[in-house]
Amino acid sequence: MAVKKFVVGVFTDEKVLFPAVKKVRSAGYKIHDVYTPMPIHGLDHAMGLRETSLHTAGFIYGITGTTTALSCIGWIFNSDWPLNFGGKSHFDLPAWIPITFELTVLFSAVGMVLTFCYLCQLAPFVRKHHFNLRATDDQFTMVIECTEKTNEAEVSSFLQSVGAVNINTQVAETGWWLGRYDTDKLPYNTQGLN
Amino acid sequence: MASIKEHFEIPGRYKQWSLGLIGVGVLSLIIGFILYGTKDQGTRFWSALLQNSVYFLLIVNAAMFFFCATTLAMGGFQMAFRRVTEAISASVIPIGIITFIVLMCLVFGGHTAIYEWLDPAAVAKYKDLSAKSGFLSKGFFTTYTILTIGLWSVLGYKMRQISRSIDDTPLSIEEGKKYIFKNTVWAALYIVWFALTVASVVPWLWLMSLNAHWFSTMYSWYTFASTFVSGMALITIFVIYLKNQGYLEYVNEEHLHDLGKFQFAFSIFWTYLWFDQFMLIWYANISEETIYFKTRFEGAYQGIFYLNLIINFVAPLLILMKRGSKRNWGTVTFMSVLLIFGHWLDLYQMVFGSTSPNTVPLNLFDFGLALGFVGLIMLQTGRVLSKFPMVAKNHPFLKESIIHHT
Repeated sequence: MAVKKFVVGVFTDEKVLFPAVKKVRSAGYKIHDVYTPMPIHGLDHAMGLRETSLHTAGFIYGITGTTTALSCIGWIFNSDWPLNFGGKSHFDLPAWIPITFELTVLFSAVGMVLTFCYLCQLAPFVRKHHFNLRATDDQFTMVIECTEKTNEAEVSSFLQSVGAVNINTQVAETGWWLGRYDTDKLPYNTQGLN
Repeated sequence: MASIKEHFEIPGRYKQWSLGLIGVGVLSLIIGFILYGTKDQGTRFWSALLQNSVYFLLIVNAAMFFFCATTLAMGGFQMAFRRVTEAISASVIPIGIITFIVLMCLVFGGHTAIYEWLDPAAVAKYKDLSAKSGFLSKGFFTTYTILTIGLWSVLGYKMRQISRSIDDTPLSIEEGKKYIFKNTVWAALYIVWFALTVASVVPWLWLMSLNAHWFSTMYSWYTFASTFVSGMALITIFVIYLKNQGYLEYVNEEHLHDLGKFQFAFSIFWTYLWFDQFMLIWYANISEETIYFKTRFEGAYQGIFYLNLIINFVAPLLILMKRGSKRNWGTVTFMSVLLIFGHWLDLYQMVFGSTSPNTVPLNLFDFGLALGFVGLIMLQTGRVLSKFPMVAKNHPFLKESIIHHT
């Protein structure tokens, strides 16, 4: 649990958002995150995020699936319950390939979905703070994290100068907590932090 | 636009190399004819010619398939190097003529050891051959071969002409729409003809009929996948070479990444078809089907059988899987060369596994012929590239290619 203070700038146009992200970064402010209604191509590069390692995870899940399939089928057909299929040898690799392929795809697909949900902290009954609800509809929201040295008024006026249409300050939890979106109980106290 | 180098000036070394390679090819042809030309009906000699000419014809034709398919798909990313694919496809005409001569020599020279269906005694003896005699006959073979190579040449010529026709005339938006539509119509005609040739009848006629009794429904797709991967590799090599020489200013790592993805994806596709064909026959284990794999899986071609899988499946799978390696000029060049060789070897076992089932007669003669065709492709592609501008600067989709990123 880390409750922090944020300056939130709301943008209505993607074309304004891109240069704004670059200017905010070069001015040295710390961007907590940018929330957009749809995926925006190249925004991750503009924000300076590192390349995702999701595909490496996918590769590892894939070879896990391959190994599982080969060792499982190998064990069943060779030592657990050897059967004679049309006179083929017990170790008949070509016949195993389709299932090995399927398990490779299954492991990597399911594994990558779960990893993705973990990385995005998405799950049932997991709640996170929303800085701007219209970020899921039509607005682009840039959230700047305040440190002890940050001058809020300065950040606000800077955001205004780069094209934000609506600017406010919020105190919020950065992580997730157990809860539901239809209840409004926050696990932390925002009083006294402003 | 001002800094774009429009015309390819053929470097002296390029010309020397291409002519040298053609020289090697002609020399191999002569030596091969002396050594093998008259022995056993010249089967060894003519099989090598058949394999090389068909392989190189199909891979330069794959370049044409690439730009027609991307035209139909309204693709934009390839515009930065589309003229290169067009130049490669111009080689369809000379190599098509060579292939046509080779095929006609085979059919009318009575090479029954290569095409068993040419032998009237065999057709009378075997029921399956006489049932197929409408399809596997001199008349149909010749007609379809003429139509195939002729229409490829004509449609390719038309596509290149349409592409060049707007080099000096910037288009308005309305004209641009009309131009794209015209392109689409001609590309669609080519794709339909491609489906009727490479994707179905032509591999049956030219290659599958080497085993006249045997058939496989995967065969044409398998041949197509094989030649498409190597066609993409050929395009990539030319693009990288020209980029190294300081041409193709608009091409960057993003385009290379997409070419690498094509090689990777279609290598997997090739494996899928290869495995489908192999596994169904292996599993059903019916003797008239397994005869094809008898020589390849268990016989003399076992080494090539596994090498084929390693080069064309394991290597691209492991090497090209990473994003970084698809964006690395060196790695992609290496893989392109490897894949062209790998699929050449694939066609080698398709042809020689049938015409020379007991021994693998691979030697310098085969490589010499292959180098000759490489030289011919280099010469023709360089000549076409130097004649016409290298960037289709008035094409409506060019900007999409310049700003392309993945």
